[in-house]
Amino acid sequence: MTRPESKTGIVGWGAYVPRYRLKAEEVVRVWGFEKSMPQNLFIIEKAVGGPDEDALTIGWEAARNALMRAQVDPAEIKAVFFGTESKPYAVKPSATVIAEALGITPVTMASDLEFACRAGSEGLRASIGLVSSGMMKYAMAIGSDTAQANPGDVLEFTASSGAAAFIVGPREESVAYFEGSYTYVTDTPDFWRRGLSPYPLHGEGFTGEPAYFHHIISAVKGLFEELGLGPEDFDYAVFHQPNGKFPLRVGKKLGFPKEKVMPGLVTPWIGNTYNGSAFIGLAKVLDQARPGQRILVAPFGSGAGSDAYSLVVTDKIEEKKPLAPTVEDYIRRKIYIDYSLYSRFRGIIRRITA
Amino acid sequence: MKLSIPRFWRERASHYRLVGSRCKSCGKISYPPKPVCPYCGHRETEEVELPRRGRVLSYTVIYTVPDGFRKYAPLILGLVELENGVRVVAPLTDVMPHEVRTGMKVEAVLRRVQEDGEHGVIYYGVKFRPSMEY
Repeated sequence: MTRPESKTGIVGWGAYVPRYRLKAEEVVRVWGFEKSMPQNLFIIEKAVGGPDEDALTIGWEAARNALMRAQVDPAEIKAVFFGTESKPYAVKPSATVIAEALGITPVTMASDLEFACRAGSEGLRASIGLVSSGMMKYAMAIGSDTAQANPGDVLEFTASSGAAAFIVGPREESVAYFEGSYTYVTDTPDFWRRGLSPYPLHGEGFTGEPAYFHHIISAVKGLFEELGLGPEDFDYAVFHQPNGKFPLRVGKKLGFPKEKVMPGLVTPWIGNTYNGSAFIGLAKVLDQARPGQRILVAPFGSGAGSDAYSLVVTDKIEEKKPLAPTVEDYIRRKIYIDYSLYSRFRGIIRRITA
Repeated sequence: MKLSIPRFWRERASHYRLVGSRCKSCGKISYPPKPVCPYCGHRETEEVELPRRGRVLSYTVIYTVPDGFRKYAPLILGLVELENGVRVVAPLTDVMPHEVRTGMKVEAVLRRVQEDGEHGVIYYGVKFRPSMEY
């Protein structure tokens, strides 16, 4: 039986990373951590959104880049899914602003999704379903965050800003088509943020094995079983990247050598962009992939769940690569700021007005 | 300093997408869009989306900022000439005062422009940042 996923593929991809960088050693200096902490987490520096950037503007630029590569009429995109855990408004969709700014409105679905770091990925699976069913020709999934971390928490080394977006469309127009997808979720209390809390908390005992590793491994093994594939069949493996170490370790547990994980690893240089994390990794792999190569992608979100996708690159990819900036272009475009400016830019310093 | 929500909403196409107006008589383009051509007085204009890239003709750095703008300070306002010759006054972003210069190539991006305090509307609009070369 033909899997519905195989009728669809990615017709355009785009990423965005803000210009400002905070070195991990700044967090060590300000909060009195051991000097070895950045090395233990494999984090060198992280991207920080400027004072006029939020998840919406960051997601907009990734989406614009995806549109530039897709070269489709924006009005033909009939769904915009915006996955984030740093919505500028608690109530008022960001997806409508992005859709309006890109000329996609008014005849489109548009919604903001929440599932910690895999909300954008839920949007990607929904996009595959909507396109493969014939309800629409194109749908867009965006993963974007200005990730929050409690100042002085170990999360602050990595929590960063960035986004990636994918336009899903017919397989015959795609730069990479889907072979299959698989989702695995359970109720797991590894990480959460209450309604009016400014920063998330994490349930220490749950963050590693029972959450990240269990869900990604279960999703990927489920996909392998359904497709009859194994790690040797893939050229690249991209995982959610809460730090630089976890994706390498989960890759090893699943039988992927380091060489297949490194091309999509971005966290050591830009931090964990939450919903942008695995998505930017996939965008970076598409920036360099060649026709015929097979890519595994497995985002993860706390709470907890993981999706695994298998993609096969087509010969259309080469003509699309130069149409928008690459992830590497954005990683190279940087200027360092200190902890004071970072605090101001990210609203950690609160001012009052008379 | 609060903006008018209805006015901003009416003008969102020009704020979000650099939509200007072209005079149906003399063909000149204005930004922001105008219902009457400021060049020939003709009363019929049509919407036109402007190129996103241009260069800085001149700029000014504002250190004493209005209420609500301290988080963005210093503000850099640019006079930008777009690739089709249309001139636009807009904030510059992702650039420090010591980096900005006349002739700098810039491109339009969507950024936060203003917000009505902590609880009001957030206004998004076009700003220009140094162009990405790729």
